[in-house]
Amino acid sequence: MDKEAQRAHHDLGGASKFMCEPVDIEPHGLTAFDREVDALRQVLAVKKLGSVDELRRGIEAIPEADYHRLSYYQRWIRSITDNLLRHGVITEDELRAALESV
Amino acid sequence: MFVAGDTVRVKDEWPEAVGPVHIRTPWYVRGLEGQVVRCLGDFPNPEDLAFARPAERRPLYHVRFRKGAIWPEAKPDDELLVEIFGHWLERP
Amino acid sequence: MNILEADSDRLLAAVRSLLEKKGIVSTAEVQERMAVTDAASPGQGARMVAKAWVDPAYRALMLEDGTKAAESLGIMMRGMPPLGVLENTAELHNLVVCTLCSCYPRAVLGYPPFWYKSASFRARAVRDPRGLLASEWKTIVPDAVKVRVVDSTADYRWMVLPVRPVGTDGWDEARLAGIVREGDMIGVTVPGV
Repeated sequence: MDKEAQRAHHDLGGASKFMCEPVDIEPHGLTAFDREVDALRQVLAVKKLGSVDELRRGIEAIPEADYHRLSYYQRWIRSITDNLLRHGVITEDELRAALESV
Repeated sequence: MFVAGDTVRVKDEWPEAVGPVHIRTPWYVRGLEGQVVRCLGDFPNPEDLAFARPAERRPLYHVRFRKGAIWPEAKPDDELLVEIFGHWLERP
Repeated sequence: MNILEADSDRLLAAVRSLLEKKGIVSTAEVQERMAVTDAASPGQGARMVAKAWVDPAYRALMLEDGTKAAESLGIMMRGMPPLGVLENTAELHNLVVCTLCSCYPRAVLGYPPFWYKSASFRARAVRDPRGLLASEWKTIVPDAVKVRVVDSTADYRWMVLPVRPVGTDGWDEARLAGIVREGDMIGVTVPGV
């Protein structure tokens, strides 16, 4: 199908490359990292510093290879950070400095 | 704009090919005809919310598609139900 | 290097420390949110299903307005997206998926399970639902039953009201709720006794 060649990489419905891939149905508990990212996003949304739509936009902006390599909440923290930079809540210089010291 | 039972067509548009966008209309229904099952209410347009722009409220519809019209291997009676914003729908 | 490509754990720690220092997000706020989120579980959806099985008026309310039906059982729905409920019958089997991301009825089922967020589930559910359910969950939908896949693309969240299994006559709500699993309310499995 021609149409499929035009799909964005996150737009996965019916994507041929995954049709023969098994689904891992085992339970995977969330890590402390996962729960913290999830909670942080909710707190920021209440403060109008990133809607769920902005979160999704930021996730979809992650290049395809990284999108599939990163875990679910690893995508989230990337998108959350992207949106905080866009909103000017933090600057890239501040973030670089903070990354050095953690 | 549309009511339950209306036949509609999803616009065959691909804005993601042009530049950064955020859209909630899956690729596989674009250009297809379906039936409006019901209007789910008005919601702020996510295409603007995603970029923190002021977002107009737009009607959201539950639209039913025959799966066989999308993927020929599907069982003909099976169907798909998808939430689609009114501005993505047109009369065929 | 793009700063967003930094290691995820370090990115979280750096962002948290900046937000804390600026007085925007405190540790207490994050912890409180975590506790609230952890409290939602499939047990809440299961209570709704069990009540719908024994109480026709509640079943009607649930199908008409899932949010109201959840609230009437004390489930916190404020600030949550509207909840829609899809009824399975002898002729129709519903399966919920979000092909674009991972929209999930978190208010009534809690965090989405790992498989729900996977690329293969998102891809296969809309195109080959019968094959997917049979191969991964051993759920066989009879040919006479129509499969309706609900792609959760926008502002609603969807849960499935499964068919009450035979052999449960006379059971009370608590006992019925005990047999309803997370997957039953998404449509990958069906409850049984």
